[in-house]
Amino acid sequence: MQKFISLKSIPSYLPIVNIDTDMIIPKQFLKTIKRTGLGKNLFFELRYDETGKEIPDFILNKKPFCNSNILITGKNFGCGSSREHAPWALLDFGITCIISSSYADIFYNNCFKNGILPIVLNEDKIKDLSEYSNRKEEISVNLADQKIIYGNNEILFEIDPFKKKCLLEGLDDIALSLEKSDKIKCFENKIKNQRPWIFND
Amino acid sequence: MPHTLYDKIWNDHLVHEQDDGTALLFVDRHLIHEVTSPQAFEGLRNSKRKVRQPSLTLAVADHNVPTTDRSKGISDQESKIQVETLEANCKEFGIKLFGMNDKRQGIVHVTGPEQGFTQPGTVIVCGDSHTATHGAFGSLAFGIGTSEVEHVLATQTLVQKKAKNFRINVNGKLPLGVTSKDVILQIIGKIGTAGGTGCVIEYAGDLIRSLSVEQRMTICNMTIEGGARAGLIEPDEKIFNYLKGRPMSPKGDTWDKAVEVWSNLNSDNDSHFDKEVSLTAEEIIPMVTWGTSPQDVITIEGKVPNPNTEKDLDKKSSIERSLKYMGLKPDTLAKDIKIDKVFIGSCTNGRIEDLREAAKILKNKKKASHVHAMVVPGSGLVKQQAEQEGLDKIFINSGFEWREPGCSMCLAMNADKLKPEERCASTSNRNFEGRQGRGGRTHLVSPGMAAAAAISGNLDDVRKYQN
Ligand code: SF4
Repeated sequence: MQKFISLKSIPSYLPIVNIDTDMIIPKQFLKTIKRTGLGKNLFFELRYDETGKEIPDFILNKKPFCNSNILITGKNFGCGSSREHAPWALLDFGITCIISSSYADIFYNNCFKNGILPIVLNEDKIKDLSEYSNRKEEISVNLADQKIIYGNNEILFEIDPFKKKCLLEGLDDIALSLEKSDKIKCFENKIKNQRPWIFND
Repeated sequence: MPHTLYDKIWNDHLVHEQDDGTALLFVDRHLIHEVTSPQAFEGLRNSKRKVRQPSLTLAVADHNVPTTDRSKGISDQESKIQVETLEANCKEFGIKLFGMNDKRQGIVHVTGPEQGFTQPGTVIVCGDSHTATHGAFGSLAFGIGTSEVEHVLATQTLVQKKAKNFRINVNGKLPLGVTSKDVILQIIGKIGTAGGTGCVIEYAGDLIRSLSVEQRMTICNMTIEGGARAGLIEPDEKIFNYLKGRPMSPKGDTWDKAVEVWSNLNSDNDSHFDKEVSLTAEEIIPMVTWGTSPQDVITIEGKVPNPNTEKDLDKKSSIERSLKYMGLKPDTLAKDIKIDKVFIGSCTNGRIEDLREAAKILKNKKKASHVHAMVVPGSGLVKQQAEQEGLDKIFINSGFEWREPGCSMCLAMNADKLKPEERCASTSNRNFEGRQGRGGRTHLVSPGMAAAAAISGNLDDVRKYQN
């Protein structure tokens, strides 16, 4: 997995609440069997009209936002379907950091598996940061210090220490879990005794 | 210390726990489908890993399959590749699959319980948010992403942090014509789409206990629409009777032992819930959604909200946006909303009892002439059962199309979809923008309400059609 250490970018501000994963990447793009190439279809129905033309008003179609690496957005971001195509599309577009006041659980987890940092801040702070999007000014995110730097200000954000470590080091969590193979084996043996119906072979 | 049902299942599955609470949880049951699994298998291949316990995973193709005649295969090339990729992956890694032409094929959350793969006290995961459905059996069941699917395939475990305990009590008796779909819609309206974030919800109370197994599944299914990780219900005799004799249920002595263990799956009397909400069943009326989020609910007697009466600016603009998308004027009566299509199906309401409920209303009646209506059974076995009971005839006589099983217009990945601005009364679970087709407008309802809408040609009160 790619690491996330720090980032500097003009943020894009998309002030819609409850953005669901259908909106992030509609179902017609879920037919792929790859993880890449979804960026052009990110926010498809907000970004393109019925004829497939770009909607000029949509923020990610505008300069400099089409190159943003940071997305600031309304609460409960990523609700709905569990499709990991949503973070894959964001990543493929170039967004590696999201700032919102809340996320849906599955989406939040999926971000970490793909080197995307989802930051939770309260609504007031989000309003402050959104000004930097309006003014087209850069902000910086530093994961090691858990800090966002904007203008002469700083905000600290919270993050689960284990998730932080995985992002900073780009750890493969399957490899980490496989290190515990002995424990898993023991557990399986225990189940075979206590709940023999689990293994239906 | 007293424990909740969730605590107990969690503790029973802990393989390892770090000091910071990050846990490795054993997964007893893993369901996969064609949309969220290809990249997981690709990941396994790239890192030369094997599937640790192939017999604990069950695969079924559901999202992309056509619901019309299947003898000619799938005409959409991409869908075809995805379904074939699932077949090839299952073969390569030794996983049991119900292919498109298997009688047992169906929506993954209908097939799992039907086969007895879903069992009480287990941890069940699937790369699909509606995995919560299986919580009706007293299992801890939740949706995961594709990277996690790969993790489960490789390790038979999942890295998790414990969620909070949230209990929703529903007591009393439901009025005639009111169903578990109305109960869950009302719950979501009450707690909001993020109301359950970070929680596992246990549904309790005498109304919940009085529900059939399938009605319980409808409630647990939509738990994710309330933002919770999972929803579950204490298993009881009804669950055991439902599972007895199913192909993958335990047999003989093992069955007796299983029932003994399952009978102890409950929340201790004085266990602690971080959050608690209560509803009175008698007060629940048939519900419909008016907007583009499942929390946008009103009763069938109600009217669409008016943004001008909303003081909170965020909420106001969100109402305006939804009304615009839905093509509705503020204060429109629910019953005045004219519809173009009716969809009966999905993992929320595509089981036999749902079809019976709709057929009961439709018997000897015709759908309105301008309405296009279809029924998509949740599985091949549901379809077969319905045909044995003659329900297909009732639907066809009322002017409905009787289709092959799958997800169909619940998410419109196959050919079944709404055209822009078409309005649909749907028994599915999501009314998001574009969910049933770009520009399509969805009103979520119960199967009986969908039948009533088909007859009237507009959203209508099922209670007036009780036969
Ligand atoms: S029926 Fe709809 S909600 Fe259920 S699994 Fe299929 S697409 Fe998902």
